[in-house]
Amino acid sequence: MASASIFGRALRRSPWVFHVGTSGCNNCDIEIADCLTPRFDVERFGIRLVGSPRHADVMLISGPVSTACRTALQQAWLEMPRPRAAVMVGVCACSMGGYRDAYSVAGPADVVIREVDPDATFVYVPGCPPKPETIIAGLVKLLGEM
Amino acid sequence: MERLGEWLFFYLVFPGAAFAVAAGLAMSWLDRKVTALVQWRRGPGASQPFWDVVKLLGKEVVVPAQAWTAGFLALPFVALAAATLAATLTWHAALRLPGGTLGDLIVVVYLLAIPSLALILGGAASGNPLGAVGSSRDMKLVLGYELPLVIALLVAVFQHRMVGGQDVTAATLSLAGIVGFQDVAGAVLYRPSGVLALLVALLCCHAKLGFVPFDQAEADTEIAEGVLVEYSGPPLAMFKLTQAVLLATLPALLVTVFWGGVGATTGGLAAFAGKVLLLLVLIVLVKNTNPRVRIDQALRFFWGPVTGTALVALLLAGVGW
Repeated sequence: MASASIFGRALRRSPWVFHVGTSGCNNCDIEIADCLTPRFDVERFGIRLVGSPRHADVMLISGPVSTACRTALQQAWLEMPRPRAAVMVGVCACSMGGYRDAYSVAGPADVVIREVDPDATFVYVPGCPPKPETIIAGLVKLLGEM
Repeated sequence: MERLGEWLFFYLVFPGAAFAVAAGLAMSWLDRKVTALVQWRRGPGASQPFWDVVKLLGKEVVVPAQAWTAGFLALPFVALAAATLAATLTWHAALRLPGGTLGDLIVVVYLLAIPSLALILGGAASGNPLGAVGSSRDMKLVLGYELPLVIALLVAVFQHRMVGGQDVTAATLSLAGIVGFQDVAGAVLYRPSGVLALLVALLCCHAKLGFVPFDQAEADTEIAEGVLVEYSGPPLAMFKLTQAVLLATLPALLVTVFWGGVGATTGGLAAFAGKVLLLLVLIVLVKNTNPRVRIDQALRFFWGPVTGTALVALLLAGVGW
């Protein structure tokens, strides 16, 4: 997915993110909000939180995917225009953490998304919750891949 | 027809498309930087708006299945073309470029209404319920602010003063004519009617730009960017550029109509730029210190106190204040 064209360069300098909470405990969501505060200020790198998946380049996913959230997550993913990628924020989104084998979950987010888009690109940011620095490091790693 | 080349140069290079887009991107950087400083952040670098637009141009265009495809894709370009033409006419008059009058105040006002109409139609054409909500809110907002904006601009048209024992009156709808009147009689702003009119026009431009507290049509926290919800890639880039062009044009229009445009003396250009930046920073500060109001509150605000103030300003202008 690495691209040296001007569009690839622009993508690395202006990744707009859309945040999807897939029934997590809200802890990772608070850390994501922390990234936007003056202390971390991700807008310095052109990262913006947008309100619609149509405007986004990167999806931030937090929480284990519950059976109720499954189709919603898949639909939101397909609504993002290409090129697109996702950051799994927190151990629940990466591998379901403490919710593993629970009756109400549909699987970790990467498995759920690969059901509809086998070529999707992901970066995993484990932690419960991950620190804002870690989330930013994950985004930077993803942008290097794109 | 022999002036076609000249007009194309005005429209496409200076002060039209190329200049307006460059100025607009610089202004939208200023908007984001001032916003960041207000929030004690450092904010993005100066090239950020440019990279945002380039990035959007390289993205996939998704057309929703239930959308009116032709309208959905064409309207962003209509919006940008109209905004650019309005920018051309405004800056042409403000900078006193040669070639006579290209258009008057009425043309500029209706050209400035087209981006809003394109946004309303685009939101409705997307077939998305949130887009429809955004469209309906934008429609109400346009109904709200167009009336006081036109009344406020008329205050400049009806100005008359005693200059050297003679009653000088603007009485012209041409932008160049209004600038010329202000050369003779002093800026419209330096009278009570001018102050009130600029205040009203500034609020109307605030709503035209879709900034908080009048961003009900795009409210990203409640209706997911409303009218823009289904737009992606190049069409979204066109709407972003339209907004950038308006961001540079509306303060310039207000300075031209109420504050003398570019002065005929040396240093006039610097003063003009300073006035435009002052109005822009004022708009950005208001945007950052106010919460979003409900659409019915916005409509009541514009049809009540704002229209009332505009009418008072018009009366004051009529009696020569």
